[in-house]
Amino acid sequence: MTASLTLVLLMAVLFGAGIAVMLERSLTRVLIGFLLVGNAVNILMYLMSGAPGLAPILGEGVDEGEISDPLPQAFVLTAIVINLGITAFMLALIYRSWWLAQLGAKGDLVDDEAELAEDAEEAADLIRSSAADDEAIQSLIDASDEEFDELVAAIDDEELEREASARDRDDERGRP
Amino acid sequence: MTATLVPLVVLLPMLGAAVTLMLGRRRRAQMAVGVAVLAAVTVIAAVLLVAVDTTGPAVVYIGAWDAPWGITLVVDRLSAIMLVISAIMLLVVLVYSVGQGIADQHRETPVSIFHPTYLILAAGVFNAFIAGDLFNLYVGFEILLAASYVLLTLGGTGERIRSGVTYIITSLVSSLFFLSAIALIYGATGTANIAQLSVRIAELPQDVQLILHLLLLVAFGIKAAVFPLSFWLPDSYPTAPAPVTAVFAGLLTKVGVYAIIRTETVLFTENDLSTLLIVIGGLTMLIGILGALTQADIKRLLSFTLVSHIGYMIFGIGLSSVLGLTATIYYVVHHITVQTALFLTTGLIERFGGATSINRLAGLLKASPLLAILFFIPALNLGGIPPFSGFLGKVGLFVAGAQGAAPDASTAPDWLIWVVIAAGAATSLITLYALTRFWNMAFWRRRDELEGYESVLLGSVLEAPEGATVTATRTTPVLMVVATAALVAVTVCLTVFAGPLFEFAGRAAEGLSDPSVYVSIVFPGGTR
Repeated sequence: MTASLTLVLLMAVLFGAGIAVMLERSLTRVLIGFLLVGNAVNILMYLMSGAPGLAPILGEGVDEGEISDPLPQAFVLTAIVINLGITAFMLALIYRSWWLAQLGAKGDLVDDEAELAEDAEEAADLIRSSAADDEAIQSLIDASDEEFDELVAAIDDEELEREASARDRDDERGRP
Repeated sequence: MTATLVPLVVLLPMLGAAVTLMLGRRRRAQMAVGVAVLAAVTVIAAVLLVAVDTTGPAVVYIGAWDAPWGITLVVDRLSAIMLVISAIMLLVVLVYSVGQGIADQHRETPVSIFHPTYLILAAGVFNAFIAGDLFNLYVGFEILLAASYVLLTLGGTGERIRSGVTYIITSLVSSLFFLSAIALIYGATGTANIAQLSVRIAELPQDVQLILHLLLLVAFGIKAAVFPLSFWLPDSYPTAPAPVTAVFAGLLTKVGVYAIIRTETVLFTENDLSTLLIVIGGLTMLIGILGALTQADIKRLLSFTLVSHIGYMIFGIGLSSVLGLTATIYYVVHHITVQTALFLTTGLIERFGGATSINRLAGLLKASPLLAILFFIPALNLGGIPPFSGFLGKVGLFVAGAQGAAPDASTAPDWLIWVVIAAGAATSLITLYALTRFWNMAFWRRRDELEGYESVLLGSVLEAPEGATVTATRTTPVLMVVATAALVAVTVCLTVFAGPLFEFAGRAAEGLSDPSVYVSIVFPGGTR
């Protein structure tokens, strides 16, 4: 039996990575691990069909020995479909378990309208808080601006005074 | 004529599932369709049983593609008896859940997907029993597993999700094992047809056979809950609704046992793992039943006895003599009905008494003598009290063990078999002890003794972790009682008609003891 080395390596990597991820506690990672290992098994199945060949359709002038084995391909297709269904169910399960972990059983009692109202309130809170933030920042900026102005004014005053005193001194020296 | 009936056992439940799904809002129509479909399948299975027994096995080549290429469905005596008993059981449990649904206004099974999923589960189980192709067997497993995931997490409460996750991930791993095994077997032999594999696997080198054999056994062992691989079962089964637990406990593990029987008798006849199977059978019995001793909750207790009694079947398969297989087939039939009957009765106790723990139940004998009878008969039966079928099945297995393993097919030493027989007798007694303790507390103890009752022994046994409190309804709907009584009557019939049934099991085992019989069924003209 001939097999593609690339596919063998890919399968080994998928198996290794998948099993490593599957050992994690988080359900989402377990699902990712299952998907990786599932695809590794699919590649294993495909590898078992031997060397690649022509499309498996018998017709005139087609040598039976040259076509590839169709059975593993059919197996792989079936396995892919099954994996798809299981994945969809697992995602629903993960979402449900996340929902229960976040809200507990009382999460089921929140009806849609109450939830919408709550959402609107939360959004209003958010907007309000950002407006407050803006105000606060503005007041900070204003405050620092004032400070800066005062500082500048103070420096100006100082310089004026210094100049004035220098002039006074010059005056004193210039007129002995 | 009979061959045309074979695909119907899978087709009818599938179509029924589609119809019940469309009838989602009309509960009564859903129930009627579900019950009608399963009743029809029961009749078909009974017809097949008679036909197969008198005129020989039925084989169907789907789409008229001949054996090694197309999908083959095979019904021999083993498949036929499994079909009949599982169809009866599925029907009874469906009637029971209908009764429960009517009484509760669908509190326990509130969703309209219960009936479609249940029928899909039935289709998967039947498909696994008639598959003549390893890949078709895998598809059957996946159908029933996908349906069982939905049924186990029905309603999506926190408790069910938590226990469902354990079950689902364990099953996914076992499916991956199974699929890898199929891939490697296909690589080694170039076929997935069980009959052709029987010929070609025997030609492989012994060490290759050993690897493939162990891979398949691990995959099926997880499903059958055989000892080191049984950890998931007591944690996941008890939280489901009562009818669902009953079906799972009675049937799903037996599909694994059926697959192991096929593996040992048809696929790997030249590769001997019987010593391993006998040792594992003994360990499964003892460790399972020791777990049951520490449980106060009847549902968990029964789950542990379930694991423990799988050990008897594995032991019988390990003997691989005709008598061993005969007793195993009889025991499988007995165990499916008895275990289901016990779980159904537990559902009634839960409704009537408001609890499933022996610390909170008392005075049931006086309150409901009928309930007491419905529990007492299957409990004694499971414990192996003569003259019930549990006793007959165990004696059959012990006699088969005493005669020794088949000299040409098994290398298990005699002393080992005697040790496991002793373990089996001990397990039987401990099962009886565990169930009698429940009986004494729940049925014989007076109601007023319950208040302030303190016992060191009872204090030390475990309650169900975070067991939900159930409110006692004090009502037992007629339909639920009738369904349970019917199943208990079936278990009694297994005792009354033990003679003909054992002879039938003998003929089935005769057909299994020589793999060339199975091969000649599928390939009348011989394999190429």
